[in-house]
Amino acid sequence: MAQAYTPGLKRKKLYLVKKRRILPIPGKVLVKKGEKVTPTTIVATTMVPGDIQMMPMASMLDIDISTDTADAGGMGLEYQKSMIDKCMLKKEGEEVRANEIIARKKHVLSIFRKECRCPVNGKIEFISYTTGQLAIRERPKEQNLNAHIPGIVADVIPEQGVVIETPATYIQGIFGISGERHGELTVLSKSPEEILTADRIGSECTGKILVGGSLVQGDALKRAAEVGAKGIIVGGIECKDLRDFLGYEIGVAITGNEETALTLIITEGYGKMRMSQKTFELLEESDGKLACIDGTTHIRAGVIRPEIIIPRDDLEKYADSQDKEYLSGGIGPGAIVRIIREPYFGYIARVVSLPPELQTLETESKARVLEAELEDGRLVVVPRANVEMIEE
Amino acid sequence: MDLDHLRVMLATDCGSTTSKARFFRKIGNEYRFVASGEAPTTVEAPYEDVTMGVRNAVREVEELTGHKILAPGGIISPSRSENEGVDLYVTTSSAGGGLQMVCTGVARAMTAESAERAALGAGAIVMDVVSSDEQRSSFDKIKKMRAQRPDMILFAGGTDGGSVQHVMGIGELIKMARPQHRLGAQFKLPVVYAGNRLLRDRIKQFLGEDFALSVVDNIRPTLDTEVVGPSRDAIHELFMEHVMSHAPGYDKLMKWTDVSIMPTPAGEGIMFQTIAKMYQANVIGVGLGGATTNIYSIFDGKFVRSVSANLGMSYSISNVLKQTGIGNITRWLPFESDENVIINKLRNKMIRPTTIPQTLEDLVIEHAVAREALRMGFIHHKSIARPLSGFAKGAQLDFGSVWGEEESYIDMMKIGWLGGTGGLLSHAPRRAQSALILLDGFQVEGIVNLIQDSVFMMPHLGVLSTVHPKAAMEIFEKDCMVRLGTCLAFRGNGQGKVASLRINMPDGRTLDEEVESGTIKRIPLGVGEKADIEINPTRRFDIGSGGGHRFSAKAEGGEVGIIIDARGRPLTLPENASDRRKKLIEWYGALEAYPKGLQWG
Repeated sequence: MAQAYTPGLKRKKLYLVKKRRILPIPGKVLVKKGEKVTPTTIVATTMVPGDIQMMPMASMLDIDISTDTADAGGMGLEYQKSMIDKCMLKKEGEEVRANEIIARKKHVLSIFRKECRCPVNGKIEFISYTTGQLAIRERPKEQNLNAHIPGIVADVIPEQGVVIETPATYIQGIFGISGERHGELTVLSKSPEEILTADRIGSECTGKILVGGSLVQGDALKRAAEVGAKGIIVGGIECKDLRDFLGYEIGVAITGNEETALTLIITEGYGKMRMSQKTFELLEESDGKLACIDGTTHIRAGVIRPEIIIPRDDLEKYADSQDKEYLSGGIGPGAIVRIIREPYFGYIARVVSLPPELQTLETESKARVLEAELEDGRLVVVPRANVEMIEE
Repeated sequence: MDLDHLRVMLATDCGSTTSKARFFRKIGNEYRFVASGEAPTTVEAPYEDVTMGVRNAVREVEELTGHKILAPGGIISPSRSENEGVDLYVTTSSAGGGLQMVCTGVARAMTAESAERAALGAGAIVMDVVSSDEQRSSFDKIKKMRAQRPDMILFAGGTDGGSVQHVMGIGELIKMARPQHRLGAQFKLPVVYAGNRLLRDRIKQFLGEDFALSVVDNIRPTLDTEVVGPSRDAIHELFMEHVMSHAPGYDKLMKWTDVSIMPTPAGEGIMFQTIAKMYQANVIGVGLGGATTNIYSIFDGKFVRSVSANLGMSYSISNVLKQTGIGNITRWLPFESDENVIINKLRNKMIRPTTIPQTLEDLVIEHAVAREALRMGFIHHKSIARPLSGFAKGAQLDFGSVWGEEESYIDMMKIGWLGGTGGLLSHAPRRAQSALILLDGFQVEGIVNLIQDSVFMMPHLGVLSTVHPKAAMEIFEKDCMVRLGTCLAFRGNGQGKVASLRINMPDGRTLDEEVESGTIKRIPLGVGEKADIEINPTRRFDIGSGGGHRFSAKAEGGEVGIIIDARGRPLTLPENASDRRKKLIEWYGALEAYPKGLQWG
């Protein structure tokens, strides 16, 4: 049977989410296998090495190290070393405090002296006798990793992190802004077509994750941030509104670190885009429940799409391993797809056939296509590259 | 290796999204391209094994040809019969972001620029250039280097016997930053030291323990000499040893291939250099990809590559928009358009990068973006392709004052060949479309041969040419290089007559043409055909021998033919939107670039 491989977005009512929570550098795992966690439970912790501050110590103390020739490797270097060592009050590896005097040079015939004060708390990592620079490493900073979702610790990866398992409704968006947040899901739109306007957002939205329909207006986005909403999930957004909200334009789709007041997840695309019925229904029936969202999007090889996880420990049956499903992609006749490019952008369709021959498009390009039936009954031909699977 | 026994060959390119297999074989006495297969690249999670994508692409070749290539553990090699196995397997790769490097030097416009040129020439993406004379604080440089996590650092700085303090200062920055290897903290980051020769021992002592250090000849032994070869070779060696070998599945892939895996742009670059050698001409080439735009120039024998890492036609399409502005994109559209609609379309392409235009309007919009990607990529290229800075100023040079004031040495009038590769150009439904995109993007002048890659196989042939140059050349000439034709582009602007032409066609006809300003015209001349042309430009226009001076040329035919481009150089589009659209319709129509009968305007 003819098949086509087309990556799709997941939207599953019941799904066993297995979330890997990994530290950026090795550290300590604080939870045990089988332990129950909440979104705010600290599951692992590490010490991130501090930043390096370079100090031009020699020039601050007027030590002459200007012999800028290769000869400085011989006698010149020895001389510089003795000069620097004479002035240093601290050694390599020693702890230092901010504003502490770490080097001093006294003038031979004068009571005046020059001093070098440490700019930060830390440790002297390195003294350069060639350039006369000091490298001071700031104190390491503790970095904690929370669970992000409630559930059970299914696996512990020593020194690195954990895998947390939870049955949940799971929806992937197409594009997002800012990182992980959680809060109560509040559906504000009555239908997937409805536009989310500022007048729908009041103080009752504080701390909530808001669901709109086809579009969030710029004012509504601003208002949601003002009242302290945690996130917005919506079908589409106008580019200019996103630019105004962020204060700059996005060039490449690698997001997640934006320091915005809320996380935004777009489920369909740019412009006014009716949220897919199924996605809207899943969100609507989760109204009032806890949602854990992440806008992080990487559109390169190894795509990361934004995700909405709504834990459902009230339900018992869920789908099997996500990895297995991810690897088994394929579209055949009868499959439900979303068309993702004009002239039928946004339509949901049922695949009728996958003709093996290349077909000529309006552009005169020859491409592999599929025949599909739109929801309104029209039969259309679209390039296989322009559809995505809907995994339900 | 006995080249005569190589009858069946396979080459792959593991791109950032797609792995592409190309199958070649000896038919009679010549080597030809036979079939291709493509599949998604599988270097990232959840697959994390590049060979899965390669196998899928090769399987498509097997299905198309009936030739068995795959064995359970790899590629069947050497061939066992007419329909089983291959005699040679080679590959290029840019998967997982390709080779990402940081370059350093003492002066930005001198040693740092030489290091950047060497890294780009080796096929790298340069993430940052660190120099002693820039405004950033040491703290900022260290922080950025740590955050970027490059695959490798090219550490240049100082002429031989020159600066010590500044070079050691850069060494200190590298040591303090100690960026982690992208593929894991357990690997040492490779550093190529190509600076002041007299500091080699001290650098070894200083960095040798923490880094995989390779020491090579100084990239800039004197101010007026640039030696990039040893650095480039070391980069390739370390790329294989310390980057590729740790990437998911590459340990297997390296065992399958008969020669080292080559970075994709290095393969592309070899082929553009081959064209320059073959035709003894100055060449500009472009690889217009989804994420990056690579531009290559071979001018008076000097090869330079630039990579604009965020100018591309899918992943990076919104960045083209961001950098050039919507007005510069819509100016190439022959129909009225709502800017917000176009912006939304381009952003939707960014988030769904593998889609293809189904409507003509979408195709024309992508072509408009392509012109701007090439234009901006070429501006970047010219900022790298310029004379060595500094040496003329002598020994008292203050490096803080030489921030690249030199102009590019590329003289557009002296470019003999212009070629393009990459998905958008190779898949343009009409060849006239890619010819126009190349002309508008680069604005060549004089007499220029236009070519393009047929199905994207220049990287494959580049790596193949390192083993079997004859086979690579035969395939390149017969199956890869599509001749679009010859362009006559007049330098100058103004109203009225541009030139009189007399064209002696191969069938004996003589065509006399009066060329008017603001026009473009196509004269069919088939592939393999040649025509003699006498050109008499008017005083304000130049075609190669100065304004108003007569010029004779031989034009080679191609799928488009002879293009007489009298639209003006620099090319200026009418300010008024309606006039501009009318003009575009006229130009696109003259080249029959798009289907007739469209309701544009």
